[in-house]
Amino acid sequence: MAEMDTSGGGGHKKGPGVKKAKKASTRVDLTPMVDLGFLLITFFIFTTTMSQATAMKLFLPKDTDKPEEQNKAKESGALTLLLGKNHSVYYYEGTLDPSASNLKNSTMKQIRNEILTKKRSTNKDDLVIVIKPGNESTYKDVVDILDEMTINDITRYALVDISDVEAQLVSLSDTNGAAGK
Amino acid sequence: MSRPKIARKSTSVDMTAMCDVAFLLLSFFILTTKFKPAENITVETPSSVSSKVAPEKDVTLISVTKDGKVYISLDNEEVKEEVANQLNANNGAGLSPEDIKAFKKANFYGTPISQLKSALQIPTDKLKADALPGIPAQDTAHNELIPWIRAIVAAHSSTNTKLNLLFKGDNLAKYPAFKNVITAFKKNDQFKFSMVTASEGVPEGTDLWKKVMSGQSTETSE
Repeated sequence: MAEMDTSGGGGHKKGPGVKKAKKASTRVDLTPMVDLGFLLITFFIFTTTMSQATAMKLFLPKDTDKPEEQNKAKESGALTLLLGKNHSVYYYEGTLDPSASNLKNSTMKQIRNEILTKKRSTNKDDLVIVIKPGNESTYKDVVDILDEMTINDITRYALVDISDVEAQLVSLSDTNGAAGK
Repeated sequence: MSRPKIARKSTSVDMTAMCDVAFLLLSFFILTTKFKPAENITVETPSSVSSKVAPEKDVTLISVTKDGKVYISLDNEEVKEEVANQLNANNGAGLSPEDIKAFKKANFYGTPISQLKSALQIPTDKLKADALPGIPAQDTAHNELIPWIRAIVAAHSSTNTKLNLLFKGDNLAKYPAFKNVITAFKKNDQFKFSMVTASEGVPEGTDLWKKVMSGQSTETSE
């Protein structure tokens, strides 16, 4: 199959009775070998996972005790996300009511809509998202929510420690939610 | 009527060249593949849309396992030696020159500073991360990560190398464990660090996706 036509053209004519010496072709059919080569290549490409680790950069603010050095956030532009157990997310706009009536719950998957609604309805310079991971939330939740900031193109966000009142509310809501299921 | 004879050409092609190419590619892929080094500390990282590649040189990697144990890995031997000296001088680690040699060979550290000397007696290849208690970082008062980071920062400045702080946390690690590490960073005035994540695609239709599609930079987290 792989050999070229070697017999054609330019040969001198032999007379009748002169026996043609049979030349064994040295060429080998390489098609199966090519098949094997490409099979191996595809195998290696498909089984290789790109192990290149990527990294998320995070810049921390400097802790300061003086209130005048702290960043101010407009109440109308603030959205606070509280992370609870089992990837639950609680959120409120502005400041938290004493009765906690403006605390709404959501999940990690649905929170994008809430962030987007807030983003569309708020002046770009006023929008600040405050992330308060609770003690029961996992590192994955934190990375997911920080990722959500990147996905939704939020430029101002802060990672803040949860307050005691909020921590209690979150744990209360977590147990209520679990009982309701 | 006699037709003009059409010379019949052979349909078979010479496969040699193609075979060469196939095996060249094959050997190229095999030789350029870098094997992932065996990980002593089992950490399953979460994924993020970040596409920045993690730095590979002069890395200080802080790993937190799913039960909240903290380990430190360093890769530069000069820095390691300096760190050992710093821990000796400031924290009374009491490492002998032999211990410092072992310290330079070790891939990761996961004991309280007081037990560092005894942990270094175990040969590196027999050292299992599970058997070590981890660096205590439970609360702010007894956070041994603070002296560790301080020693690492000092070691990097005296050896004139760039400090790359990397944090690698398990999916299931609780947030307080992460917070304690951040506290240790902050206490040493280290405000920049990277979190190691697996990469994932940008979800379609989102703002970032639109940005990427319009050809702008994806780095928004400045």
